[in-house]
Amino acid sequence: MANEIKLHTPLTSEMLEKLQVGDKVLLSGTIYTARDAAHKRLVELLEAGKELPFNPVGAVIYYVGPAPARPGKAIGSAGPTTSYRMDSFAPALMNAGLKAMIGKGPRGQSVVDSMVKNKAVYLAAVGGAAVVSAQAVQTAKIIAYEDLGAEAIRELRVVDFPVFVANDIKGNDIFKIGVEKYRR
Amino acid sequence: MKEINVSRLIPVVRKLCIDANYYAGPDVVEKIKFFMDKEESPTARDILALMLENHKMAAEEQMPMCQDTGVAVVFVELGQDVHLVGGDFNTAINEGVRQGYQDGYLRKSMVDDPVIERKNTRDNTPALIYTEIVPGDSLKITVAPKGGGAENMSEVRMMKAADGIEGVKDFVVDRIKRSGGNPCPPVVVGVGIGGSFEQCALLAKKALLRPLTEKHPDPKWAAVEDEILERINKLGIGPQGLGGRTTALAVQILYKPCHIASMPVAVNVNCHAHRHESAVIE
Repeated sequence: MANEIKLHTPLTSEMLEKLQVGDKVLLSGTIYTARDAAHKRLVELLEAGKELPFNPVGAVIYYVGPAPARPGKAIGSAGPTTSYRMDSFAPALMNAGLKAMIGKGPRGQSVVDSMVKNKAVYLAAVGGAAVVSAQAVQTAKIIAYEDLGAEAIRELRVVDFPVFVANDIKGNDIFKIGVEKYRR
Repeated sequence: MKEINVSRLIPVVRKLCIDANYYAGPDVVEKIKFFMDKEESPTARDILALMLENHKMAAEEQMPMCQDTGVAVVFVELGQDVHLVGGDFNTAINEGVRQGYQDGYLRKSMVDDPVIERKNTRDNTPALIYTEIVPGDSLKITVAPKGGGAENMSEVRMMKAADGIEGVKDFVVDRIKRSGGNPCPPVVVGVGIGGSFEQCALLAKKALLRPLTEKHPDPKWAAVEDEILERINKLGIGPQGLGGRTTALAVQILYKPCHIASMPVAVNVNCHAHRHESAVIE
């Protein structure tokens, strides 16, 4: 295991088929930020049959509420937030075409099942390494829900954003495999 | 009696908020290095190295180590011979927090009310202020920014005397086991025992303030801390929950007497950033 793979958005099922848990991915392209409050609004739009503020097909959502940018910087510190809080919203977004989620911490079984069904993956960024993560962000632009402050949806252009494959499309889960390997 | 004008608190609190978020504690760096040397998982070693790299970059770039710059928890030890003048004490602390989070490009993470509206207060106030009257004529302020991910994995349990020390150990280990990768491990585990429902929770948070390189002053309790830490690091959770032997950097206990019918125990989980900075105003 532990290959290093470069991926560029938009993602397709074919691109994700070769990924295995533990692989390091350097992700480039466009990704969207969303946390708890934005997810609630996105899923309400889906339920009402309305369009999302971004095209979900092949898209990547990064669970992050960045710190404010210093003048001249694209973004402030921008590490992942804990993902389980988005578990109840994630399957609806994957059904709409979402191909990857970036966050930290394990996912519930319903999310794992939805990843297998929709051929989507969950990628772990390193929580707390938020300055390192911010270095990969070239541009950041708020595209929806400015009223939510740090929780607004931002479109980020990233280059070689370093993440680990935590759940692949076969239903493997690094949070189970990794822990079993090192338990005494 | 010594007079201290509360306006002097504002720049001190402002700086503590910024420094706690920009600069990793030397004890945290030392502990991460200590566990990195012993870590068996290559992925875990990579992640720990990335955390150390992140500390350096945060200081160089003058950016917060983590985007979750936390709720501003403020502990004040107020000397009983101090007379505070020039305005409201709590307002001054909140003004310091407001300025620190604004000027330091720190994230504003407070919402009001907590359930229905959840509107961001836009300046990270109100701070959580805990004031204790102590002997002396100075004022010590500690700012401990606390992130949401780790705080969410904390718990209070009203245990029975019959549960004994083994019951306490099992509860703490189980709490960390159930937390998995969520609280940004390797964590620091604050444990508060005794007092009452609310006091044990505050003790658990205060327990986090002890330097990680310092042992519990009572050897009997130091042994309990060591045993719990060893059991936690056998869980396999590892840095970020991806597997490894470094799940916690330290377990730190504070206790107080309690009622004959009670044995309250609180676990307050802190992430690997483990932020706190102090200053004394004389």
